[in-house]
Amino acid sequence: MTTTTNPPDFSGGPSPRGSILGNAVRRFEDPKILRGEAVYFDDLSPTGLAHLVFVRSTIAHARVTNIDTREAETMPGVVAVYTHENIGLKPNVSFAMLPDGFARPPLANGTVRFVGDMVAAVVAETRAQAVDAAEMVIVDYDPLPVVVDPEAALADGAPILFPDLATNVAIEFNFAEADPELMAEAEVVVSGRFVNQRVAPVPMEPNGIVVEFDKEKNLSLTVPTQAPFGVRDPVAKEFGLDPEKVRVRAPAVGGGFGAKSGCYVEYLVAISAARQLARPIKWTETRSENMLSMYHGRGQIQYVDMGLKRDGTITAVKVHVICEAGAYPSVGAFLPFLTRTMAQGVYEIPKVEFTSVSAATNTTPTAAYRGAGRPEATAFLERIIDMAADELEIDPVEIRRRNFIAPEKFPLTTVTGANYDVGDFNKALTEACRISGYEELRADQRSRRERGDTVELGIGVSTYVEITAGGQFQEFGAVKIQSDGTVEARVGTSSHGQGHATAFAMIVAELLGVAMEDVRVVQSDTALVPRGSGTSGSRSLQIGGSAIYNASVEVLEKAKVLAAHLLEANPDDIVLHDNARVGVSGVPASALSWADLAAAAHDPTRRPAEWTDDEGLMSELDFNQGDATYPFGAHVAVVEVDTETGRVNLLRHIAVDDCGRVLNPLLVSGQQHGGVGQGAAQALYEGVSYDSDGNPLTGNLMDYAIPSAAEFPSFEVSNTETPTPLNPLGAKGIGESGTIGSTPAIQNAVVDALSAMGISHIDMPLLSLRVWQTIQDTRAK
Amino acid sequence: MIPASFEYIRVDSTEQVIAGLAEYGDEAKILAGGMSLIPLMKLRLATPTVLLDAGRLDDLSYISDKGDYLALGALTRHRDLETSDLLAKECAVLRGVAAEVGDNQVRHRGTIGGSVAHGDPASDLPAVLVALEAEFVVEGPSGSRTLASANFFKGFLETELSETEMLTEIRVPKTGATNWSYHKFNRRAQDWAIVGALAFRAQDSSRVALVNMGSVPIRATAVEQALASGASHAEAADQAAVGTEAPEDSNASSAYREHLSRVLVKRALDEALV
Ligand SMILES: Cc1cc2nc3c(=O)[nH]c(=O)nc-3n(C[C@H](O)[C@H](O)[C@H](O)COP(=O)(O)OP(=O)(O)OC[C@H]3O[C@@H](n4cnc5c(N)ncnc54)[C@H](O)[C@@H]3O)c2cc1C
Repeated sequence: MTTTTNPPDFSGGPSPRGSILGNAVRRFEDPKILRGEAVYFDDLSPTGLAHLVFVRSTIAHARVTNIDTREAETMPGVVAVYTHENIGLKPNVSFAMLPDGFARPPLANGTVRFVGDMVAAVVAETRAQAVDAAEMVIVDYDPLPVVVDPEAALADGAPILFPDLATNVAIEFNFAEADPELMAEAEVVVSGRFVNQRVAPVPMEPNGIVVEFDKEKNLSLTVPTQAPFGVRDPVAKEFGLDPEKVRVRAPAVGGGFGAKSGCYVEYLVAISAARQLARPIKWTETRSENMLSMYHGRGQIQYVDMGLKRDGTITAVKVHVICEAGAYPSVGAFLPFLTRTMAQGVYEIPKVEFTSVSAATNTTPTAAYRGAGRPEATAFLERIIDMAADELEIDPVEIRRRNFIAPEKFPLTTVTGANYDVGDFNKALTEACRISGYEELRADQRSRRERGDTVELGIGVSTYVEITAGGQFQEFGAVKIQSDGTVEARVGTSSHGQGHATAFAMIVAELLGVAMEDVRVVQSDTALVPRGSGTSGSRSLQIGGSAIYNASVEVLEKAKVLAAHLLEANPDDIVLHDNARVGVSGVPASALSWADLAAAAHDPTRRPAEWTDDEGLMSELDFNQGDATYPFGAHVAVVEVDTETGRVNLLRHIAVDDCGRVLNPLLVSGQQHGGVGQGAAQALYEGVSYDSDGNPLTGNLMDYAIPSAAEFPSFEVSNTETPTPLNPLGAKGIGESGTIGSTPAIQNAVVDALSAMGISHIDMPLLSLRVWQTIQDTRAK
Repeated sequence: MIPASFEYIRVDSTEQVIAGLAEYGDEAKILAGGMSLIPLMKLRLATPTVLLDAGRLDDLSYISDKGDYLALGALTRHRDLETSDLLAKECAVLRGVAAEVGDNQVRHRGTIGGSVAHGDPASDLPAVLVALEAEFVVEGPSGSRTLASANFFKGFLETELSETEMLTEIRVPKTGATNWSYHKFNRRAQDWAIVGALAFRAQDSSRVALVNMGSVPIRATAVEQALASGASHAEAADQAAVGTEAPEDSNASSAYREHLSRVLVKRALDEALV
């Protein structure tokens, strides 16, 4: 459904054949996954395996006065029971920018700080035995005052999670003095308080680890991670090992959404136990455990003021964010920084004032979740601009158009320091309006209102720009021709459901003329790939794919030199023929196959004399993009709101996402559909909640309502293509766009449906109870 | 989560179930479709030490025409109700409501007997059975007895069944292929009702029932009486919450449930009673 029909013009693509790039190639990975043949960490059962189960706190904040493990130790099959006393681990600092005082003892050292905090670990011969024994660990708690709400955590007299720090503030961002003249040019100022609620990542596969030792007794870990090196290095550091002696593999991984980055303290406990017992150990989370222990996402309270001229021109934006960092502040505490970076969004905004404070609370820690700080920025901008449109009686599409950064302004640096590469925001919005039939939808809305229909139609618009490959600009890639003429491509990114093996094989096939089936993509294993930052921040194709691209180009260049040498021709006359042979232009018959070339490259008598090493036809390099890319797009959501019951029904969702040049539209639309679904889930269904004692109210999938396909229409996803100049593929990321664009569009649609009643905002998730209550309250006014 | 350990016994006959219940008493539980019992066991909210798996008692899986009533074996799966030609002709409302239970997988495993015995006021089938004035046949150590659905449900997960008894058959009147309407208001398609409202005609009277509006499935007698005395649908529906004790949870306040019951009953009446 690509709406612009730019032929995939991959500059440097040497092939006279029709290019494979830009085609909807089906994923190699799927047959195995669909047949249940893919191997996940939990499928491994090395000999001698013991099972580890955690005893987790049932109290949100307490002194642990006693842990009695005696009975558990005598239970059948129990091998060992660990507490802070004997696990032998230091308190863990999970994010370098935060004060060390927030470090987390992997097993509680006298204090528990959230429901799910770990108190003990039981190792037994079977998992069931470990579960039974864990129930027999008796923990005495002396409850402490609990704080769940981040605003309450910042108030005077709030319970303090880490008394030594004397504050719950994890980190504050405040880059400039408050400007008393900030709103001086504004003719109107609209204000709002928005809750971007905490959500749980809920990957289909929960967390866990298998710890083994190789023949040399070195650690070998199998972990469902997005970044194997992100596990290896902290593990090596914690145990004082040479990183080269620690192997980390991510087998098939059932989703991550950001939450499977980094080194969970659970891994450290399992490793320490395995080292002490000198036997392999497996820890596999249950779903209920996953809801407590896997880092949550979002969790911001946003106070927003937008100043505008009467004609809708934005003059300034002021934002104060209070972020929920959870009990042991981690990456989540830092994410308001990215919210700040994107606080200008797609608009010309001369002045942006942003402050934030991240607070520790007695809840599960927060971290990156599909979009990680950027969706929160789009959410408040798109909400506040709709409120402004309502106030100024300007159509939501029109007010956006009046403020867009024009395409000719790129590249540019925003007032918050983001280096936007290239963009055409109105192109995406115009396309989304065309596909949705925006004017007809408005007419339908009016006619329903005129005839007094109790089911209102709502149309919500959102436009966004976001950061992909932020921070991690470099990635490893290697391409090598094997003796049989097939190709091995190694890469430092780590697919966990995205289809990278297919995408990267397409690149190699395109450049080297081999069949895609003849390209073996190697990833996700620190023993087979020397370095890599893994997969997060929608970076993999643009950075890892470009590394593979450049390595393939280098291999082809080398092959041309070799072929010229063998055929006694001028290298400039050598081409890659349609039959995947390399030889003199116009003379395919004498050209050499990749197998011939690979053999010659290893033969000192056949290869050029100056080729002294025996590495063969291979290239190993790091691609560095130097900066992030900034995908953008426009979404339109169409909802019905039953004003009698408060029920919201998502009728249509139109997503036009521009991720630069599209390599495989099938993979791109897969990310769009999944992302829109996840974003719609935040708007309409999902939200982690706690009672005032810190007990989770959404601890399983009955209470935490992840939607299924039954709840949604088929999304109408398409692309505009504005290639980035920053990499040879012209590609930007697509992994997170769906969640960034969809949530505010849907929220705006629900508010739009009810705007005629005088409703200007409803917080998410837009459950029927909340929508109905807002209608009641508004009518009562 | 992982259940506490238990002994698993597959039974081949009703007699074996009765004998097993007599032997193990409240330690034992009958396992039918397992769609309610297993989740409770996984959360360790139920910890039976013996499971009597009745899942293969095929002789208790039937829908048969007994002349003036229909007999349904307790082990009949929701899916069999949902697809029954006999029900389509003779008790369309039961067939229709069965199709609203959970999702496809749940309906393939879950049984009507399990739904009744479990006694969850948020379940769909108990409400329709109460409104149909169904009868439940129960086997116990001292023989069998037949109980009226009106008195069967005692409280949240509490019924007239004793620990030594098994529900074997459900009897419903033939109400034909008449109009019915069931408004199940839930968050997601697979979820239990936040509130459910059912209306249909049977034996010349209008029947109205409510799901999840108290600790038991509820017959909305105030609505039925209003209709009988000639009230309009709107007037009758206004009575929907009368005498209910709507629970409160993260999906709904009591006031919201009461409001929903009135709105949904009105809609059900308009659709079913034309
Ligand atoms: C995801 C999911 C969604 C669901 N959604 C819905 C829904 O929307 N609406 C709804 O109504 N239900 C729903 N259910 C429950 C489902 O309908 C169950 O099938 C039903 O509640 C119990 O039937 P069962 O055969 O599975 O009983 P089991 O789980 O096997 O047993 C339930 C209880 O009844 C007892 N029992 C079972 N059979 C007998 C018998 N013959 N005699 C005496 N005691 C017996 C058992 O000992 C146990 O205590 C859902 C279940 C799941 C897992």
